Amino acid sequence: MAFIEVRGVHKSFATNAPVRHVLRDVSLDVERGEFVSVVGAMGSGKSTLLSLLAGLTMPDRGTIAIGGEPVTGVHRHAAFVFQNYSLLPWFTALENVRLAVEAAFPALTGHEQRARARDALAKVGLGNALHRRPRQLSGGMRQRVAIARAVATEPQVLFLDDPFGALDALTRETLQQELAGLGATTDRPVTTVMITNSVEEAILLSDRIVPIMAGPSLDARGAANRAERAPATLGTPIPVELRRPRSIAQLAHDEQATHVRAHVVAMLTASPGRLRTHATEPAVSTPVLHTIAKEMQ
Amino acid sequence: MTKRILNLLLPLCGIALALVAWWAASRAVPDLPSPARTWEESKLYIVEPLTKRGETDQGILLLAYYSLVRVAQGFLLGIAIATPIGFLLGVSSTLTRMFDPLMQVLRPISPLAWLPLGLVLFQKSEPAALFAIAVCSMWPTVINTMLGVRAIPQDYWNVARVLRLSRVTTFTKIIVPATLPYMFTGYRLSLGIAWLVIVASEMLTGTPGVGGFLWQEYNSLVYAHILLAIITIGVVGFALDRLMGFAEAKLRAV
Repeated sequence: MAFIEVRGVHKSFATNAPVRHVLRDVSLDVERGEFVSVVGAMGSGKSTLLSLLAGLTMPDRGTIAIGGEPVTGVHRHAAFVFQNYSLLPWFTALENVRLAVEAAFPALTGHEQRARARDALAKVGLGNALHRRPRQLSGGMRQRVAIARAVATEPQVLFLDDPFGALDALTRETLQQELAGLGATTDRPVTTVMITNSVEEAILLSDRIVPIMAGPSLDARGAANRAERAPATLGTPIPVELRRPRSIAQLAHDEQATHVRAHVVAMLTASPGRLRTHATEPAVSTPVLHTIAKEMQ
Repeated sequence: MTKRILNLLLPLCGIALALVAWWAASRAVPDLPSPARTWEESKLYIVEPLTKRGETDQGILLLAYYSLVRVAQGFLLGIAIATPIGFLLGVSSTLTRMFDPLMQVLRPISPLAWLPLGLVLFQKSEPAALFAIAVCSMWPTVINTMLGVRAIPQDYWNVARVLRLSRVTTFTKIIVPATLPYMFTGYRLSLGIAWLVIVASEMLTGTPGVGGFLWQEYNSLVYAHILLAIITIGVVGFALDRLMGFAEAKLRAV
């Protein structure tokens, strides 16, 4: 049995009529210690999928289990990294990480908790920025604090919600490399699910890539046509069997990486939903797919 | 440099104009003392601000001090009640729906209306005054704290959820710090109201303080002292607001 098991999950939102069907019959297996990326365009429903896995929202139908236990809320050994950092501005970097450590290891003394938080920050290269507040840190440094906060709790499962989406290109590459390095140095298996719209990022970090397709994207008529948007489904997972450590420079010329990239992009661009919207009107999501396609060339 | 001079000069011009208007009014109304006469008759209270010559005849700072102590007590009582109510209303929309109409009705009631009720409830003027101050000044704090809790971004709630923080930790580490700037705006407005109420309650109960002094001097026909009391009330109120504004700015800078 897989560590994370998603079976026949449907999810729709009924907050504003008409009901929006976001995910349809989604099934996914993630093995223990595996790094799986869910890749898709903006608004494809991948954030919803991650919220479901994380127990932040509940599916309408279907089941999700982590380690054999059905997900009914936030898993006690799960950690998160959000796209917008989600640090508490009134705390320093150290206090932000310590808050997570305190919640995860209430039995430790205050001194031990602080030491653990300090270690985690040192690991992401922020050993000398412990007492700075988020607003005194750059975007890249903030996301490092968020990563430190996640790994400091020694999670079994790590959920990454487009963790580098808000960063500039250079910082993004550095942090991607660092995260890859961090994954290689841990002795415990950390099962990771990341969502991203960058195929490159997915190839760099993942064992498998799962395309998510035909999501609810706004068409030219916008909200008026919402009800007709097709719910997203998952494509066949694509294994990334490249040797580690990987680097972005190396991936650019690697034959197998090129093959995987082409495969993922082909699946994303050939999705029936996209063709359907494209046949009638140009969908807003099309430029995003083009960006993904451009990365391929 | 010229800007700094203007910043100093223009307010002084405004004050000078007001004094001229006051002087002109005193020429028209014989009972109204002129600025010069007011100064002449009030000098003793200002140059010896802390002297106590008798129960009702005291230096102006001493009188202001009595009022300030009473305001501080009523204000602290008010926000001690208002802050938890604000938090409860902020987190529970059921409670908000339950109490919102009541709040809207209680809020515009004048201190002059609450004071007699306080006298009935407590039989003594001192607790009745505190009651009136607390009841009148608590609303801005209730409302601002409530709005502050509602304005907490979803991101912070998500942090609380994913870190699996306990209710107590969520409250102390997330809700309170996120709401603090709003709370302080509430406190500042509440203090302003408390200072408004003190004068009314002292006038009605005759307790020593700036308001009590004002009423007593009116009854003794010493009109210059009325003006002294009015100016004192204004200056102290202004200083209080500045003080709270300063604390608020400090807090936001964190």
